[in-house]
Amino acid sequence: MASALQSITLRRLAIATVVVMGAGYALAFLYAPEDADQGFIQKIFYLHVPLAMVALLGFIVAGIHAIRHLRTGDPKHDARSYVSIHISVIFGAGVLLTGAIWAKGSWGVWWEWREPTLVSFLIVFLLYATYYPLRYAIEDRERQARYASVFAITAGAFVPLNFLAVRLAQPLVHPRTFSSAGGLPDSMLLAFLVCLAGMALLWATLVWFELDAKAASANLSRIRRRLEATT
Amino acid sequence: MSPFAALLRKDLRVELRTLRSLPAMALFAVSAFVIFRFGLDRTTLDGELAAGVLVPTLLFAALLGINRLFVAEREEGGFDLVRLAPLDRTVLFAAKASALVIYLVVLELIAVPIFAIFFLDSASGLVPFALVLLLADIGLAATGTLISTIATMSSARDLLAPLILLPLLIPLVIATAGAGEHLLASGGPDYGRFGTWLGLLGLYDLIFLLVGYATFDFLLED
Repeated sequence: MASALQSITLRRLAIATVVVMGAGYALAFLYAPEDADQGFIQKIFYLHVPLAMVALLGFIVAGIHAIRHLRTGDPKHDARSYVSIHISVIFGAGVLLTGAIWAKGSWGVWWEWREPTLVSFLIVFLLYATYYPLRYAIEDRERQARYASVFAITAGAFVPLNFLAVRLAQPLVHPRTFSSAGGLPDSMLLAFLVCLAGMALLWATLVWFELDAKAASANLSRIRRRLEATT
Repeated sequence: MSPFAALLRKDLRVELRTLRSLPAMALFAVSAFVIFRFGLDRTTLDGELAAGVLVPTLLFAALLGINRLFVAEREEGGFDLVRLAPLDRTVLFAAKASALVIYLVVLELIAVPIFAIFFLDSASGLVPFALVLLLADIGLAATGTLISTIATMSSARDLLAPLILLPLLIPLVIATAGAGEHLLASGGPDYGRFGTWLGLLGLYDLIFLLVGYATFDFLLED
């Protein structure tokens, strides 16, 4: 198991991402039938929903890394928590954008307050967007990492509670517009699941890449400092 | 005297002597009511409009006062002294959160009756609404204490606390305004979904009291 994990490299992960995502969207456009009700615009479902699910999962992963950081004090876990939130916030912007396009395409409005999942997502996005000003407002490195972890845990606990609260705020008569994956025909479900896997791989690749880039630039400045000290 | 009681008493005594937060919070709330009177061009309010004016006004007034509880503590070195004292730091969390609940209750004792005099035809919904507000205060105190401690240690202290707290408090607003909408309805209070909202508030309080209890220690380490 350990050796199998070690044989995964960033390059291999990136190749797997391209293959799975390519297959997923090929299935979505060529194999899955066009939605009888919504038509072609429904294809955005294969982009919007995987983005949202992976972004939310990323926020939870960030919370878990934050707990490990506070437990161990190891800055490695803080870096993972930070980058997880970073990539999930970028995915989150994509969710809101694709959600607005879908709303315009199928309901004729750019924003629909009665769609609780989208509204919940907006609130979660607004909260996580404050992670950046929080981090940059604390200079001491160690304190910055600790406070960011406390934020990541608080926000992680907030995510499910917020979804519950927004759902409760809906007038009970509004029909659920996005049917859950369970109600999909098999061909659509298959395409969706492959797209979801591809999106998860993309998230993992981007997180890994960003962590490598951060480590490399930290190394570079350390070497540069040593060079300046010797000359 | 227990450390908790000592810390709580100190905060309340400081506020009583300096009157730095509460009068400003109450004044802000009353001015906001007058703003809404002209902004909405209404002389009476009921139902969702009443809840929609009262709940956000109390929220913004609370945000105005929350930071004051911590800025002085940091400037005068209170946090450092608590760190030196041989006591569990979660006691500080409990004391600060309790002080905040007391602040908010006092704010509401002033602002809500004034709101009723200004806008409400019937005050009969206010008694059950007081229970809703109390539960909301506990939740606000839990997240407020946590986030405000983070904010006061940063270089953007006055900006950061409201920025993070506003989205974090949206579930509280949903529950409080949702309950208020029915309790302040023009035909007298309606208890339709009262239990749902109390349950949501209770859940919010529980979750963030636990998160605060578990993580507050890490905010005071040096």
